[in-house]
Amino acid sequence: MSQGKHSFGDRVFGAVKRIGAKIKGVFVKKKEEPTVIIDPATGAARPIARDMTRRQYIWREMKKNKVAYMMVGPFMILFFIFTVLPVFLSLALSLTDFNMLQMPHFKGLDNFQRLILDDEIFLLACKNTLIFAAITGPVSYLMALLIAWFINELPPKIRAVVTLIFYAPSISGSVYLIWQTLFSSDSYGWANAILLKMGAISKPILWFENDKYVMGLCIVVALWTSLGTAFLSFIAGLQTIDRSLYEAAAVDGIKNRWQELWYITLPTMRPQLMFGAVLSITQSFGFGAIVTALCGFPSVNYAAHTIMHHLDDYGGQRYEVGYASAIAVILFAIMITCNMVIKKALSKVGQ
Amino acid sequence: MSKKLRTRSHRVVLNRSAGGDAGITFFLVIMGAFMFLPMLYAIMQSLKPLDELFMFPPRFYVRNPTFENYSDLFSLLNDAWVPFSRYIFNTVFITACGTMGNLLLGSMAAYALAKMKFPGGNFFFKLIVMSLMFHSTVNQVTHFILLSAFHWIDTYLAIIVPAMASTLGLYLMKQFMESSVPDTVLESARLDGASEFRTFWVIAMPMVKPAWLTLIIESFRNLWNSGASIYIHSEQLKTFNYAITQIVSGGIARSGAGAAATVVMMLVPIVVFVINQSKIIETMGSSGMKD
Repeated sequence: MSQGKHSFGDRVFGAVKRIGAKIKGVFVKKKEEPTVIIDPATGAARPIARDMTRRQYIWREMKKNKVAYMMVGPFMILFFIFTVLPVFLSLALSLTDFNMLQMPHFKGLDNFQRLILDDEIFLLACKNTLIFAAITGPVSYLMALLIAWFINELPPKIRAVVTLIFYAPSISGSVYLIWQTLFSSDSYGWANAILLKMGAISKPILWFENDKYVMGLCIVVALWTSLGTAFLSFIAGLQTIDRSLYEAAAVDGIKNRWQELWYITLPTMRPQLMFGAVLSITQSFGFGAIVTALCGFPSVNYAAHTIMHHLDDYGGQRYEVGYASAIAVILFAIMITCNMVIKKALSKVGQ
Repeated sequence: MSKKLRTRSHRVVLNRSAGGDAGITFFLVIMGAFMFLPMLYAIMQSLKPLDELFMFPPRFYVRNPTFENYSDLFSLLNDAWVPFSRYIFNTVFITACGTMGNLLLGSMAAYALAKMKFPGGNFFFKLIVMSLMFHSTVNQVTHFILLSAFHWIDTYLAIIVPAMASTLGLYLMKQFMESSVPDTVLESARLDGASEFRTFWVIAMPMVKPAWLTLIIESFRNLWNSGASIYIHSEQLKTFNYAITQIVSGGIARSGAGAAATVVMMLVPIVVFVINQSKIIETMGSSGMKD
């Protein structure tokens, strides 16, 4: 093992520990007995009454805020049933061999072992998912940011139209199927027609049935549909930046728009950058439906098979719910970890 | 320094080189073509008569535009086993119920989270933010189990009720309320003796109209684009989107009608967005995530 400096293993372990602490920090409140309490009504700090423990104080606050709970309640109940509960149910089922028919048996980590050691298609799916996410995530994020920034430089009247042009593909449902026509497998598709005309190929290429091309094509189509809510958020964020900041900066010696972007725009819109990043990452893992629509299921030689598809295969078709839950748990962990790491990195922009 | 300042559209524009302007325009045109041409091509395809659809080499523009494909689409839908109007009704019903529910529950919760401090509120909002960090298909399998435990499979409830608790709308609503409803206004309403619910309904809600629209559109878009075929088996309960997808995937024989169907599916959300664009952008201005 390497001496002195931290080895790679140490660093990975340290990172995992930090992420773990971060996740834990979300759920577990630090157990510190506060001596002062901020009064929510007046905003003033005041000491806790001597005869009152923290628990009693919280209970009193809860009773005082009955209306708030009534207002949050309905949403919270549905949210717990349809978002939080399924996550924990997946966790629990991933340790069993549940198949929708028989009573589940506890199997420990068997499912995970089988996934990682015996399921070659799962490993392929992992690889594809990571490639897909590693390309579509950052590219769509940067694309959204750059385009939003450029659009902001345009005169206000054109802005709305250009925004619509870039935003439209992401809201118009299954219109991405047009790419199937552009890259259709006969000679009526554009790609084939152009290549045939140039004489580069002698017979039409089956674009979506060829494992060399499917992945690349799916990434292009995914990028085409990716300028969604994050993009709008950037557009809006740029519009809310106070112009006097730029004017002051020009006096202070900012020379060109790139410096302006780096020193003023990005730090000012950091909250939007954060929000956009979360949405982009989530989206970059969720392109399964597009792949299925374009290449069918399963895709040729599993060339564009993602974890999403594997999940659908075992959960929706073979009803091996326990195994599918294990897949869901891994996918969930990957997504949350990615988000946490990127959020951490982004909080350093401009600092 | 004043030498550097020049004006464009009545505003001071700073530090802008002509070369940079040209580069930006060039980039926008290229990217715009990448985004826009496939959409335009979809519209072109839907207007082409059969002989132009299958032509080598393919032509981008339509020569003899016809609405034949649209009338084909209509007759295909009319001949279907389930009447066309039923699909439309299902979509409208599901979208309306889900959206209204989401708006009502979401804005109530958003108000409490943004404007009232209560134990657990921050924790709940953190959970909401976390739910934005993973794609909902992860929960697909357990969703199915839950819905079948409720005996909701193959009913409208299976789509409507989960849609009521979609979190992106709540998140945007809460951020917008925080930034655009001043506390002093609420405080004076409370001092005048208005109940918390009345303050929410009469004072806060009218101030966040842009956020309503955004929430409505967000919810509308999700429901409009959802085929939701795994929770619904009966043909009578399926949505317009499902019917359309069946036609689109009908192969060469129906490619004209398929193109028309795609255009119909795409135009509705675009029109809805165009009408509300400025309000949506206004809401997004406060969408940022702190920390």
